[in-house]
Amino acid sequence: MNVLKRYFAYLRQASHDLGWICWRELRLTVRDQGVLIFFLLVPLAYPLVYAFIYTNEVVRDVPVAVVDDSRTSRSRLYVRHLDASPDVHVAAWCADMDEARQMMRRREAYGIVYLPENFNDELVRGRQACVKVFCDMSGLLYYKALLAANTYVSLDMNADIKMNYQPGLTEEQEKILTQPIAYEEVSLYNPQNGFAAFLIPAVLVLVIHQTLLLGIGLSAGTAREHNSYAELVPVNRHFNGLLRIVFGKGLAYLLVYVPVAVYVLGVVPRLFRLNHLGAPATLGAFAVPFLLATIFFAMTVSVAMRRRETCILLIVFTSVPLLFISGVSWPRSAVPTFWQAVSYLFPSTFGINGYIRINSMGATLPQVSFEWYGLWAQAVFYFLTTCVFYRAQIIASRRRLIAHYKAMKAAHTPFGDMQRDERTHSPSQP
Amino acid sequence: MTRLFHVARREVRRLASHPIYWFCMLAAPLLCLVFFLTLMGSGLPTNLPLGLVDDDGSTTSRQLARNLDAFQQSDIVAQFPTVSEARKAMQRGEIYGFYYIPEGTSRKALRQEQATVSFYMNYSYLIAGSLVFRDMKTMSELASGAAVQQVMLARGATEAQAMALLQPIVVDTHPISNPWLNYSVYLSNTLLPGVLMLFITMVTVYSIGIEVKEGTAREWLATGGFSLTQSLVGKLLPQTVAFVLLWGLVDVVLYAWLRFPCLCGLPVMLGVSALGVVAAQGLGVFMFAALPTLRLGLSFASLWGVISFSISGMSFPVMAMHPILQGLCNLFPLRHYFLLYVNFALNGYGAADIWPNLVGLAAFALLPLAVGWHLKRTLLTVKYIP
Repeated sequence: MNVLKRYFAYLRQASHDLGWICWRELRLTVRDQGVLIFFLLVPLAYPLVYAFIYTNEVVRDVPVAVVDDSRTSRSRLYVRHLDASPDVHVAAWCADMDEARQMMRRREAYGIVYLPENFNDELVRGRQACVKVFCDMSGLLYYKALLAANTYVSLDMNADIKMNYQPGLTEEQEKILTQPIAYEEVSLYNPQNGFAAFLIPAVLVLVIHQTLLLGIGLSAGTAREHNSYAELVPVNRHFNGLLRIVFGKGLAYLLVYVPVAVYVLGVVPRLFRLNHLGAPATLGAFAVPFLLATIFFAMTVSVAMRRRETCILLIVFTSVPLLFISGVSWPRSAVPTFWQAVSYLFPSTFGINGYIRINSMGATLPQVSFEWYGLWAQAVFYFLTTCVFYRAQIIASRRRLIAHYKAMKAAHTPFGDMQRDERTHSPSQP
Repeated sequence: MTRLFHVARREVRRLASHPIYWFCMLAAPLLCLVFFLTLMGSGLPTNLPLGLVDDDGSTTSRQLARNLDAFQQSDIVAQFPTVSEARKAMQRGEIYGFYYIPEGTSRKALRQEQATVSFYMNYSYLIAGSLVFRDMKTMSELASGAAVQQVMLARGATEAQAMALLQPIVVDTHPISNPWLNYSVYLSNTLLPGVLMLFITMVTVYSIGIEVKEGTAREWLATGGFSLTQSLVGKLLPQTVAFVLLWGLVDVVLYAWLRFPCLCGLPVMLGVSALGVVAAQGLGVFMFAALPTLRLGLSFASLWGVISFSISGMSFPVMAMHPILQGLCNLFPLRHYFLLYVNFALNGYGAADIWPNLVGLAAFALLPLAVGWHLKRTLLTVKYIP
């Protein structure tokens, strides 16, 4: 009975301490302008900025210069078809290639479509005619637009030409002659092949990941700066017991980030009419291990922050490599094995891949089980590393205090000015 | 001049003694260089996993699948019994697309009826989706063509006649300067300068802000004889030299070692890079003058730097953005650098049509002139509030 009572008393004390630490961390967060920027302003504003940048999803009407040396009704028909296609806009009919090149140089055109002199003659003779397309490669989307428009126009005109070659066919025969095997192309999960639908989900996850790293790093740096011995964990009546400290701080960050995650991962895709196929329950079940893994990862990393501002210098640049290593842009199957292994160190990798599949592709939790278990594994692993590092910090600071105390004691009378130090309770329990 | 030298010497000592500078001015940029160049070392992804749903189960359909598998960018990794199984595999992230051959395809082809096949690609992963789309579309065209060709040859047409009937108009594309469609050429040439500019701006803000924070700003200005020009130039000059060398190294690796397209020659790009360094520094000074606390200035610099990757138009063209953004993008030095790189290195044009962007970068470099007086007053009077 006595044991049980003592156990309950311990639990009560522990939860009281945990609550106190959590409350203290929350208070510090709210008061710290720098942390607030990363915890609230950036998650609030960045998704809006990115959605605004990519709002048009696709490039339409890429200006091209046309050089038509054929000057026949058929070559003009080709150009008219091209101009009518959504991707390309014929900006000018140039007299020769030099003039067209001038336009490219002035960035008034991003490509040249050249119809050679023999274009119509060859077709009339029943031979192949060639359209040359020159394309500015500063953006792959220009190339894509030009290639797609020209391919579709040529396929379309080819079908007509083929029929002219074979007069006297029935409609069905014509269809079979031009295309014995027809095909349908279906783009899943991003029907307009848009940029926003592709990039923004990844950016949303990355915003949460990076702001947590920055915010927690910033507050760890602040804690060290405010502490006269540059220690991360203050010596205090409540900062007693490793688990209480780690859980207390972690809980505070989780409390801040639950609403942030709901907004960023749940509301933003609806706000901008991006894909949101994921069931809210699935999203929630996925977000919890992601937040936990990221929080403990950030707490582990934050041990290295000596100064407030160092974390900005150390962390911000990783955003771009993390985006690429996750496999959202550069396909994951083409990421070298070494970098794939490295990518598993970061919660963002699992987070981005899982979130895209749930939110953009309507996957269920079992379909993202690899990512889900990966995040839990990371959460446990980084929780342990956080504990190890915090413990090392606590022991180091206690040692320093004891040494300091002994030195003072040796120098002064026993009732020196160190009396008011909060070291009166036993330092034995780590 | 001696004062400037003294400030510079003081700054070199500061730079060398703090590990954070070594990290930002050497370790991290080099890490990014190695990362991006090895990540996209193959240039174009190959063997992207595809699925196959073959309800036809004929020799023709198997031939089709084998041909598709033989394409360089595609690799059929699995065969699924139904379309929904394949869709689930896509949701699990195992494949980027799948090819569906319905029952009766070969029968219809034999009977001279039109058969329809379909293919599905996942555009949530845009690059992978586009690449497998290209392969599957080409494959479908070829399949159709092969059937027509056989009929034509059987009727006694020559090969050339058959080809002319198959594809009367051929589109011949010439991607200027990047005929391999190498993604590393397309991305690394702007991503790496973007990372460098981010670091340059942040280090500029940090190195000035830390003087205020640690209360050494007065001492710094005193070393420079309370002349802001001498103090600032002396302070930033060692960083300029370090960053120009670093960026020069990146240029050498990209254009001389890896032989990425550089039609203007290496020296011109080195010059543009040097201009990029001072432009980013100028922006850094301006940012600190605008928000003269270390954390706010640094946050400003970092947020600006991260947005510049998107707004520079390297991946999503500026012409497709909202008109407001088309104007705002000029406030990001990376945008000007990107256009200069495209103009000089990628396309090999002269300076005649690109001078506005050269002026733009130079304007960033001259920004400190506009805020100098304000900056000096700040440095001498503002006390760091933690």
